[in-house]
Formats: sequence, structure tokens, C-alpha cells
Amino acid sequence: METPVSTAVSTPDARVTVRCTYREAMRAAIREAMHRDPRVFLMGEDVGRYGGSFAVSMGLLAEFGPERIRDTPLSESAFVGAGIGAALVGMRPIVEIMTVNFSLLALDQILNNAATLSHMSGGQFSVPLVIRMTTGAGRQLAAQHSHSLEGWYAHIPGLKVLTPATLEDARGMLWTALEDPDPVLIFENGVLYNMEGDLPDDAGPVEISHAAVRRHGDDLTLITYGGTLPKTLEAAERLAKEDIDCEVIDLRTLRPLDTDAIVTSVSRTTRAVVVDEGWRSGSISAEVSARIVEGAFYRLDSPVLRVCTAEVPIPYAKHLEDAALPQVETIMAAVRQSVASDG
Amino acid sequence: MSIPAQAPGQVAATSPVSKEHALELLRSMLRIRRFEERCVELYSEARIRGFLHLYIGEEAIAAGVMPALQSDDPIVSTYREHGHALARGIPMNAVMAEMFGKVQGCSHGRGGSMHLFDAATRFYGGSAIVGGGLPLAVGVGLGELMQQRHTVTASFFGDGAVAEGEFHECLNLAALWKLPVLFLCENNRYAMGTAIERALANVDVTAKAAAYNIAAEAVDGMDVLAVEDATRRAADAVRNDGPRLIEFHTYRYRAHSMYDPELYRSKEEVERWRDYDPLVTFPAQLRALGYLDDVSLTAIEHEIAVEIDAAIAYADAGTLEPVSDLTRFVYSETRPA
Repeated sequence: METPVSTAVSTPDARVTVRCTYREAMRAAIREAMHRDPRVFLMGEDVGRYGGSFAVSMGLLAEFGPERIRDTPLSESAFVGAGIGAALVGMRPIVEIMTVNFSLLALDQILNNAATLSHMSGGQFSVPLVIRMTTGAGRQLAAQHSHSLEGWYAHIPGLKVLTPATLEDARGMLWTALEDPDPVLIFENGVLYNMEGDLPDDAGPVEISHAAVRRHGDDLTLITYGGTLPKTLEAAERLAKEDIDCEVIDLRTLRPLDTDAIVTSVSRTTRAVVVDEGWRSGSISAEVSARIVEGAFYRLDSPVLRVCTAEVPIPYAKHLEDAALPQVETIMAAVRQSVASDG
Repeated sequence: MSIPAQAPGQVAATSPVSKEHALELLRSMLRIRRFEERCVELYSEARIRGFLHLYIGEEAIAAGVMPALQSDDPIVSTYREHGHALARGIPMNAVMAEMFGKVQGCSHGRGGSMHLFDAATRFYGGSAIVGGGLPLAVGVGLGELMQQRHTVTASFFGDGAVAEGEFHECLNLAALWKLPVLFLCENNRYAMGTAIERALANVDVTAKAAAYNIAAEAVDGMDVLAVEDATRRAADAVRNDGPRLIEFHTYRYRAHSMYDPELYRSKEEVERWRDYDPLVTFPAQLRALGYLDDVSLTAIEHEIAVEIDAAIAYADAGTLEPVSDLTRFVYSETRPA
């Protein structure tokens, strides 16, 4: 990978790590893909000269040129559809959409073409396309830039839906997604871009089919993904001081959903709280809850609880936005409520 | 509703088209017409279900466009695509089996009438979202260009699609990136039941292309020779110089689909357009040229009837996909090369 900063250090286990941000890890992943496969190209609004609306693709135009780093007009349906078409005939496009809200302008292409062409053609065609987009709130961008609709997309057969929440996944999911023969959507929660940490300098592709246990615990399972993972981990650490030992599952992939990982953990801890930045009704948290009920009902010692975003368009004012979103305190409160319940 | 200014197709007595080629064009149109007429009967017998959008009246476009394209030129089509599929060379057996929902169908029975696909002829499907095929075609053109394949991607759509935002996004993007896409507008004057004058503030589709710096031509879509000639010229231009658009003026004689009571147009209007029927005018012209007589026409009709009978028998004998395969191909079973 590129070395975004010069603070490479040797850890006791001899793995060299580099200090980098989520944004830099994602950029390194794009660079690696561009180098590994000449069929890979990036297109989207302001990915080139501007450097990416969230600076993910900064510097890539100079390195790879305008044929492979393509600035598009503001035509979400056309350029997402163009990615689908190019994928159909053998390219490996990465299409960047500025935010999930804008992706609605391309929803027809994503649902009616990308997700259906393989099945509808009897397997004659496939769409090896990756679509990256920003999701989530927390930056005072109000009600047309802040929603978390990845759960919607996870409703659609034919798509795969990834939600990298760690540096390793930001660095590693893209290449695996590009090797996948089907359309893969990668949701990058905007609050994660500046998250900084140490990444092994040989970090590379990761598998994209399984959830990961980010914290082991025995008393309750917290299930989350994406932008709420850091908040959930913080809540778990603080709850540990109250002698509540939470396991934290990072779903990583919303479709296909790793039901086994969820059911296995909840069967052991007997309690579950699902944390989801999406709205509660009809959400991925609802799906996770249903799968727990289907797979671990008789192991539960308390009802499955959920911490979701309030069912409002995300407001601008910071105190209102904060109140709308899952927070460390609300996660902790739900855990306490679950543990207090004796079924 | 008036007949447009375009005159019905006329073949000059000194037409340079060879007898052999002229008869091939006639055969292609007739084959589509007779195929669809049988499909109507099969629909009445409930052997074909779902939506069935007939191309009857518009055959000169498919029959004229396809010979002007190369065999490796990709095609992106619409839900009114039986004619495109047959003229392109998807075997009639596979098309009929698809209508019957059989696994031997060109889409394994998953698509039906509106979604014919065929990798062998680079037929990227009938799209049933009006305008939805255009971005796909632009992307196919982009992918072909980036891989230096020198093909022309043919993108069919109707006048209804011209009102969709995707039409405008796609013309702009194709022109901006000089993509090898040939936009083929089949203007049959109606978006389902909405007459073009009731849908478009400016009914001249070529003017819209011009607004995106795309050279465009309006062509009598009832004249198969004019269609072929215009397509050949436009395809050559696309191969060297980026996108082109052709607006074919045509007319659909039958209802939009089998559920359409046709309350939006008069019988008289439909009858007036019958004078322009390419399967009336073109045979008359070929007779005048001495290319066609009753005997040869009967022979062509017979050959087509035999092919259709065989296709129906093939579809009848076809098998249903096992229900256990229901979820096959939601995700690919093999990685693309």
C-alpha cells in the first residue's frame, strides 16, 4: 500500500504498521486496485480534479490520468448505468456517488439493472461493478446529505452490501469486491473518514462474507456496523466498568447477512441490543432482530432491543442531530435495560 | 392526429438494392409480423402470459437496422423487442420458448416477452423501464471504447423515453465522452396512450440531439431501405466520430399491450397509417421492380410458417426450470473472465 505518513514503526510481533486514516486506507485500496488490474477505473462527480468530495481520490488523477479517473457530469443515473454497462462488457468500474441520498437518482439503474441482469438473463450476464458512497449523519449536513439507507439496499437480492467500519476493512474490502462477479455497494460512513489508527503496512484484501467479533464478552451481544461501531465499542468499554461484559459484533456485510455469527453469539450471551444508524421501521436492525428471534428465541433471557435513529429527517442543528442519532449513552441505557430484564 | 410530413417509403425504379438483399429484408419483416401474429393467438390461448408488446407496423426498423450493424456490435433494446431479437439473429425457437416461460428460452424463462437476452449475439436485453436501457448502452459503449473494440453500441428506445431524464443525461454523457453509441429512437407517436404532442413541448427528437452536439437525422421508419441506409451511414460515423442519433418515424398498429382498449386514438387514424405499412408498400415496390411475384411470396410465407410452427413445437416440448433452481443466478455462479 502507499505509505501515507512516514511514521512506520515496528511492533513487538515484527509487523510494520503505518499510521493512517480511514480515508487514506480507502485511497490506498483504490490505488492498489488500479495498479493490479487495468480494467479498473474510477468515475463519479468530482473524483478527479477536485480530488473527491471527501478527498478519498485526492492525487489519483495525476497518477492514473483522465481515462481511468473520470469526472462525470451531475448525472447519477447515467454514470451509474454507465458503470453497469461497462461492467457488462468486461471492465471493472468503481463508481463513486457523493452521498447515499444522491444515489436515489440512480436507484432505477441499481435495482432494475445491476441487481437483476444476471437472474433475468438466466445467468448469461453479470455485473462486476463496485459502487462506493458516503452514508450517515453527524456532520450537520441536514436532511438531504445525512441518511443511512444501506439497510434499504440490503433488501435487494442481487446486490452485496458492505459497510467497512475499520481501517482494515476500508483498506481490504474494495479489492475483494472488485473480484466479485456481482454488483457490490460499499457504504462509507462520513464520520469515519478522519478516524486514525495503525494499519499493518502489508494490509491487503479481506473476505467480505462474514461478521467480525470486535469485542468479546459474555453478558450481552451488541450488534452494529459502520458509523456506529466506534460508539458501540465505547459503550461496551464503559459498561465493562459497571461489570457488564458486552460482546460487540460488527456485521461488516449487510447482504448477505452473517446470520450464523449473530445467532451463535446471542445464543451464548442470551441478550441482544442492535445498534443501527438507520431508521427503526423496516430497517436492517429489524431484520437482525427477526433473525435472532428465528434462530435463538429459546435462548433469549430478555427481549431484543434496538437503538436506532429517530424517525425524522436528520435536522441541521447540532443538538437536534445528536438527539436523533444513536449515542454512547443511549446504547448504554439500552444495554442496562436488557440486563435488568430477567425475561 | 395527423400523419407526419414524412412520405411513405418509395423505392425508386432504379433502386440499387439487389434482388437478393431486398427479398431478405422483406423476409425479415414478414418473419417478425407473422411471428407476432401467432403470438397473439397463443396469448388468447393463454400459452403466453404477462405483458406482450407488439411491434406490428414497426418491422422496417429492426429489419433495416440489423443488417447495417456488425455481428459484434452490442444491442440494448426495450420491452418491445421481439423484432429486434429476431432480426438480430436470436433463434426463433429460443425466443418462442422464452415466451412460453421454458428453460430453453433465451433468458431461461426468467424474462419473458419483455426481457430477451442473448450473449451469443451481444443482445443486452429488453429493458422494461422506459429510458432505463440508455445508461446501460452508454456504459457498454464506454466499456467497448476503453477496450478498443471499435464496435457501435445500438441503443433502441421509444419516443416515451425522450421525456425521461435519463435520455438527456445519456445524450450529454455520450457526446461529452465521444462514446460509440448509436441512439435509435423508434418514434411511434405514443408513449403507451400518451400522444407525443401531449408529452413533449418540442416533438422534434433530432433537435434535442442537436442540443447535445449529436448529429441526428429523421428517417421514414416505414421504409426499410431508408432505415438501412441511414443506419449504415450513422454507424460508420459512430465508429469514427462518436455518437449519432436517428429518429425513425413509425407507427404501432396494434394496442400498446394486450390490456390496452385503445381509447386514446381513432380507428381512422390507425387506418390512415395502414397505407404506410411496410408489409404492403415494400412488397408492392418489389413487384414493380420484378423482384417478387405471387409464387415467390407464397414460398417465403410458407418458409416462415414452417419456422414458426417448429418454434411453437420446440417451445411446447420445452421443459420448465425446476423450482429448486429458483434462486440460481441471483448471484453469478462463475466469475467473468
